[in-house]
Amino acid sequence: MLKKIVFSIILFFPINALALIEVDITRGNLDPLPLAVSPLSIDEVSRKKFEQILENENIGSEISLIVENNLRTSGLFNPLDKNAFLQAPEIANLKPRFEDWNLIKAQALITGKVNFVNDKLRVEFRLWDVLAAKEMMALAFTTVPTNWRRVGHIISDKVYERLTGEKGYFDTRIIYVAEEGPKTLRIKKLAIMDQDGANNKFLTLGNELVLTPRFNPTSQMVTYLSYFKNMPRVYLLDIETGTQEVVGDFPGMTFAPRFSPDGKKIIMSFAKDGKSDIYTMNLENRLVERITNHPSIDTSPSYSPDGKYITFNSDRSGYQQIYVMRSDGSNVRRISFGNGLYGTPVWSPRGDLIAFTKLHKGKFYIGVMRTDGKGERLLTENYYQEAPSWSPNGRVLIFYRETKTNSKGEGFSAKLWSIDLTGYNERLIKTETDASDPSWSSLLSN
Amino acid sequence: MKLNKIFKNTLLVISAGIILTACATKKEVSTTKEAPKKEEPKKEEVTKIEKIAGQMQGDVYVGTDSVKYLADGVADRVFFATNESILTTASRETLRAQAAWLRENSNITIVLEGHADERGTREYNLALGERRANSAKDYLMTYGISSDRITVISYGKERPVDSGSNPLAWSKNRRSVTVKAN
Repeated sequence: MLKKIVFSIILFFPINALALIEVDITRGNLDPLPLAVSPLSIDEVSRKKFEQILENENIGSEISLIVENNLRTSGLFNPLDKNAFLQAPEIANLKPRFEDWNLIKAQALITGKVNFVNDKLRVEFRLWDVLAAKEMMALAFTTVPTNWRRVGHIISDKVYERLTGEKGYFDTRIIYVAEEGPKTLRIKKLAIMDQDGANNKFLTLGNELVLTPRFNPTSQMVTYLSYFKNMPRVYLLDIETGTQEVVGDFPGMTFAPRFSPDGKKIIMSFAKDGKSDIYTMNLENRLVERITNHPSIDTSPSYSPDGKYITFNSDRSGYQQIYVMRSDGSNVRRISFGNGLYGTPVWSPRGDLIAFTKLHKGKFYIGVMRTDGKGERLLTENYYQEAPSWSPNGRVLIFYRETKTNSKGEGFSAKLWSIDLTGYNERLIKTETDASDPSWSSLLSN
Repeated sequence: MKLNKIFKNTLLVISAGIILTACATKKEVSTTKEAPKKEEPKKEEVTKIEKIAGQMQGDVYVGTDSVKYLADGVADRVFFATNESILTTASRETLRAQAAWLRENSNITIVLEGHADERGTREYNLALGERRANSAKDYLMTYGISSDRITVISYGKERPVDSGSNPLAWSKNRRSVTVKAN
């Protein structure tokens, strides 16, 4: 499942027509674009073949449902009710009757076709501009049948990119900590799932406490904190092979790991004698470098996308605040000056913003500020929430939220949530168990 | 600050109780049965709040609910104020008793487990737990316990003893616990 699969992509027509449909991506879900996702047509022979292999009654409809769901959750699109569609899928894919689609107020239309070819799954899809009565895009993919969900995500990404002008984030996965049991003795396991919650899989058994997994932006590696043998240490895990190793040879607790943007270094905190400092380890030559040296707590480091700067959390002013420094540790400057405590800074993949957790007057906020600390915007407020992680296109943040318990200590839960950069479109991400510490992968394809 | 607040609350409840009692006394003329009913829960509340006030000094826990003992009269843990790792007078007393006991039992090694409450970010709390356990370690060392006998581990906010979401529960969870390792 985790193997890299090569998709062969065939472009039918050159895409050079100016986009006539415009999606306003600055305002979130205020006015989502109405579009129609026609079920992908499938011939009877192919349908039966896939039913046999995948135990899936109609893979054409299923793929279109994935696309529909992705586009809806983005908050930017409003997929219309299929019951209102007048044209049959196989005919629509050949040549849509635009007046029919116009009638149900669809501005864009997605059609397509699924075939079983040489034991492979072949999917083609087309994106149409209904008002201009024009084809905007046509693509075909060939892959192994078990990869069918990914095809749905890739189609979603292509449509999203064509209509918004930004890269999508649907063909991605989320690594997180699955939680069970009483609050005083939580059992925590590493888990991974597709961005939409499908294909959930546990990566550890729960024998030891695990925390804060983070994806390598360039490979299928993950770094996390494990209490293996009751020693809190940063580990490196290859999710394709399952091999793991401890990172560096530190005589104390290492924690708060994250990869550098090129994936070649791990940056983390090392705690000793009551002070925590920031270190990096180069994964190629295993060299360890000390970045900060201060009697305070320095933790939660995160690189800028160009690798030139690091944002981190320190209480050197007396309380938790956010700082930025050069990647060699020089030129340290505090950037958070609002009321309250600030933690978990994470640099946006676009480079222009830092997301953070803020604690003020007994409430927790997820917010963003510019990299000079100006323009602070709080996106969501709750009893407890923290640890934002960016979608690879820098548009959505995923984080976790815990509930307050009652006077008997009952009613605790931890869940994953996502919210748009705009502060709109807050959504619960369904997980099989309670969940925390989410980290978003890069796009798996392209 | 916190103590002031609790003290104020206690006063408020007490005065509310007095007013209620006054009302009840008036009412007693018409309905004798209802009056004691109204009085009782208020009384309970007063004692409960006083008990909490008695278990916290500032926002540091001073009760014994979750405390275990390394030996007779030697408590196993010390408590901290929010975001702090400074030892209180009571904590130093506890640690001196631990040091005396450890000097007598020189074959024993210990683990100091540092913890934080749930009102902080996970990574910062891991560092804070480590800093708290090290405060205890430093103090034990000044009373003659060799660092060879001490291991420090931080659990951050991962292992609370009280699962409540209230100031008293949080105060019990901000702790450093001395555990025998052998």
